Amino acid sequence: MSFFSWAWDWVTESANWHGSGSIPQQTLAHLGYSFLPLLIAALIAIPAGIAIGHTGRGALFVVNVANSWRAIPTLGLLTLLAVFLGFSVLTWLLPLVVLAIPPILVNAYEGVAGVEPDVKDAAKGMGMTPWQQVTRVEAPIALPLILVGLRTSAIFVVATATIAAYIGLGGLGRFIIDGLASNQYGPVAGGSLLVVVLAVLVLALFAGLSRLLVPAGLRAQAKLGRTE
Amino acid sequence: MMWSWIPGNWSLIWQLTWENAKLGVLPALFGLVISLPLGIMAARWRWFSPPVLTVVTVLYAIPSLALFIALIPAFGLTDTTVVIALTVFALCVILPNVVAGLRAVPDPVRQAATAMGYGPLRRLVTVELPLAVPVIIAGLRVGVVSSISLASLGQLIGVSSLGYLFIDGLQRDFPTEIYIGLVLIIVLALVCDLILVGIRRALTPWQPRRERRGRAVLVRSVAA
Repeated sequence: MSFFSWAWDWVTESANWHGSGSIPQQTLAHLGYSFLPLLIAALIAIPAGIAIGHTGRGALFVVNVANSWRAIPTLGLLTLLAVFLGFSVLTWLLPLVVLAIPPILVNAYEGVAGVEPDVKDAAKGMGMTPWQQVTRVEAPIALPLILVGLRTSAIFVVATATIAAYIGLGGLGRFIIDGLASNQYGPVAGGSLLVVVLAVLVLALFAGLSRLLVPAGLRAQAKLGRTE
Repeated sequence: MMWSWIPGNWSLIWQLTWENAKLGVLPALFGLVISLPLGIMAARWRWFSPPVLTVVTVLYAIPSLALFIALIPAFGLTDTTVVIALTVFALCVILPNVVAGLRAVPDPVRQAATAMGYGPLRRLVTVELPLAVPVIIAGLRVGVVSSISLASLGQLIGVSSLGYLFIDGLQRDFPTEIYIGLVLIIVLALVCDLILVGIRRALTPWQPRRERRGRAVLVRSVAA
């Protein structure tokens, strides 16, 4: 049997949709495990990225450290914290925040650093304060890239929240880890399929968000840029 | 940290490091080999690039662990499963950079090459690809560093890597192993990263040392 037939049989089994530890419950738990780290990472990385992009201070740090940062294996950080802290909130939260920071930081930085100098000069020339320059001109222009960074991190976090189950927590990873431990491929395949579906939904959500949030003028420009 | 654990387990550590290096580097190489022709086609034919880049964006959303699992029926609990899944991941990071790098070649340069009598193939190989090297290598760096780190997840389906030290360390409540695993993965990734920086410098001797042209497109690769 192929992956899909295993996954389909398991997902459509009605017993898996009821009671404690059911599909709806674990999906909600998974979203909870994903949302909080993403929010924290965004609160840290977006202001930091914008500030670094605006002032140019610390730019070298971002460029050099962001790539090496990806080398930190989430599973390693998770198990290390589990050994020291047990099953506390920090144990699963911290590795996911660490995972989510680099894409958001790099994109926010690049978005603001990449604003045309002419546009910045115009903002200054109109008498805008530095705060206004950032919030009314630079941040909106950087918004498409900031959203791309958030999207990448959201996908990473949704994918990786799976391994929270490895230290005994819930979420869709529960099905995968338990299934692997008991040699049942059904829940393993079904759980993975659900994670993929969630990740693709996140992708779609961000496609919608960027339509809603990115100023119309910028979108028109992006289109022009593509056809040039 | 129990330093005395290291000498007694030297051969285990070495073997796991080697496995992990293999599982991380091979996908990046395969990813590059597949990305080059696809990227060249996408940069050349405008209609070809939106579908390719859309497929890449969606593939990128597929979690590596889920892909490992999806490949188990076909390839079993083997290295092949992990390498294929990580190749898909690396491909998604490298391909957009190949396209962006080739597109960033300035038109006057292309026209000059044509005026000097270069045919399309010779122009591609001797002018356009060399100019795209920094951007392509920027993507390759992200690809190799990520896949070395992600390879440790292979341990969850029983494929040997430095991830073994994490899992064993957790089960035995023995942080020393986890420290060693973390440090070795990071060192391995940084060594590969430095090698790629060296290769880029060797391939593009005309560029100033403190060069940051690959930077802007690095983002696009993150974005992909």
